[in-house]
Amino acid sequence: MKRRKKPSYYLNNIVFYLFICILAIVCVIPLYWMVRSSFMINTDIYIMNPFVIWPREMLWSNYADALKAANFGRYAVNTMIIVTGCLIGTILTSSMAAYSFSRIKWKGRTVCFSLILTTMMLPGTVTLIPQFLIWSKLHLVDTYWPLIIPSFLGGGAFNIFLLRQFFLGIPKELDEAARIDGAGPLQIFWRIILPLAKSAMVVVGLFTFLNNWNDFFGPIIYLNSKEKFTLALGLLQFRGDYSTKWNLLMAGSTIVAAPCIVIFLIGQRYLIEGISLTGLKA
Amino acid sequence: MIYLNRIKKIKNSSWNNIVGWAFAFPAIAGFLILNLVPMIMSGYYSLCDYNIIGKAEWIGIHNYIGLFSGEKGSFWISLKATALYAIMAVPANIGFSFLIALLLNRDMKGRAFFRSLFYLPCILPAVASSFVWILLMNPDFGLFNTILEWLHLPKSQFFWGKGSVLPSIVFMGIWSTGSTQVIFLAGLQEIPRVYYEALEIDGGNAWHKFWKVTLPMVSPTLFFNLVMGIINALQVFGQAYIITEGGPNNSSLFYVYELWRQAFKYMDMGVASAMAWILFVAVLALTALVFGTSKKWVYYEGGDES
Repeated sequence: MKRRKKPSYYLNNIVFYLFICILAIVCVIPLYWMVRSSFMINTDIYIMNPFVIWPREMLWSNYADALKAANFGRYAVNTMIIVTGCLIGTILTSSMAAYSFSRIKWKGRTVCFSLILTTMMLPGTVTLIPQFLIWSKLHLVDTYWPLIIPSFLGGGAFNIFLLRQFFLGIPKELDEAARIDGAGPLQIFWRIILPLAKSAMVVVGLFTFLNNWNDFFGPIIYLNSKEKFTLALGLLQFRGDYSTKWNLLMAGSTIVAAPCIVIFLIGQRYLIEGISLTGLKA
Repeated sequence: MIYLNRIKKIKNSSWNNIVGWAFAFPAIAGFLILNLVPMIMSGYYSLCDYNIIGKAEWIGIHNYIGLFSGEKGSFWISLKATALYAIMAVPANIGFSFLIALLLNRDMKGRAFFRSLFYLPCILPAVASSFVWILLMNPDFGLFNTILEWLHLPKSQFFWGKGSVLPSIVFMGIWSTGSTQVIFLAGLQEIPRVYYEALEIDGGNAWHKFWKVTLPMVSPTLFFNLVMGIINALQVFGQAYIITEGGPNNSSLFYVYELWRQAFKYMDMGVASAMAWILFVAVLALTALVFGTSKKWVYYEGGDES
């Protein structure tokens, strides 16, 4: 049974797509502005009304200049060191905890899991000062350890929660079958759960990458010497030195943001599914 | 035989206890070292006069008295700025992301494309996106004022105006509400189509569908986003640090920014710890308040039975 569509149906659709396209354009403007300005002669940025829509000449040299001025190469290496450490720690320890909380029955499991969950609501600022004092007592301020070691301690409640949700969906019969074949908990974890949870692990990895790549609060507090700065912190510093060179600042911003965009485009499907998974059941 | 089985069971369960603990150990250690112990420590420091270099000296509730009486730091100013921000930002973020989610929930072409596009801003580094917004909102040569001029609307000082700085930060925040949008969309897609069809048969229009089906069914998601939105709004820091440095005239001197200043600029760890604990209690109280009222407006399917 096919109904003929009324004219109002088409009108509705046109209005709808027009509206969503306008929103999309507004949403893209800042990104477009960043890339546009990064290729321009600095004085052109100050021209307004009408503004320059796209640079007359693509100045790739802005990127070379920005790289030279702020040592972004060094910062990128530093950032990669921290991000890699955090990735290893988070993926390893959050999946271990999620495995324990979802597949093994032990005394105190519910209590421990609930306590860890409550930290999701705990404002990070409350624990910030004592954490800083502990690290400074250990003489580890101005090293990468305060930024990496926390990842090896569970990797954050959010990730544990996300992985546990996913592990709960894996049939228990698989564990039983493996146990009958003589597999211990470690083998079950390594050979069965982890391979089946690849997509959830990818989500945790993506979030960990993005969070640590973008983080500037941690580096501000723990890193003092310039040669140890991360990209986010280096970019912040860059503005202090070149506050009027908007073309270089935008080139720097693009350099720091580009890897995030690439990672997002590669993993967006997983990422969005991951948020849906946690948001739903919370 | 039964006896033997029982021994096996006990053995099995104690083995499980050991294995369970072992796997969860890093996370539990993290809870203790990174959360519980620091919480207690900051509780103690909040009752001390302590500036890193010297020793912590017990002074009772002096830090709290100093804060509340306005003698120490800019407690009330920062509280006011944060409250004003939260009052604007929470409804704005939730309203906007709900709107986007409703739009994306329609039968449409290119949903995945639009969804990713709207999500994209929230994965950008805060420093980079803040720089772009500084440029866009520049009073003299920013794009926004140019557009306002074209439309013959009054120009704004944006981040540099006492009255406009908070709305500007809120506006910038709306741009990066991607994860809230996605959570809303997931909630919307969970709603069974049958409900809408049933309403259609009864002659309900789009308006009825929204109020009678969509809103009640999505209320648990709304509740979750509201709680997280409040917690996040109270901890706003980045924009104040990167863009405004609390200005102009302290109008964006957010609570956490003031806390950071007390701790790492003036090295007054005692006062900063007291501020941290006050924030903690405030978050707890607000969350409890939202939870308390949730029974009235959050609809859980099959909630009566369980």
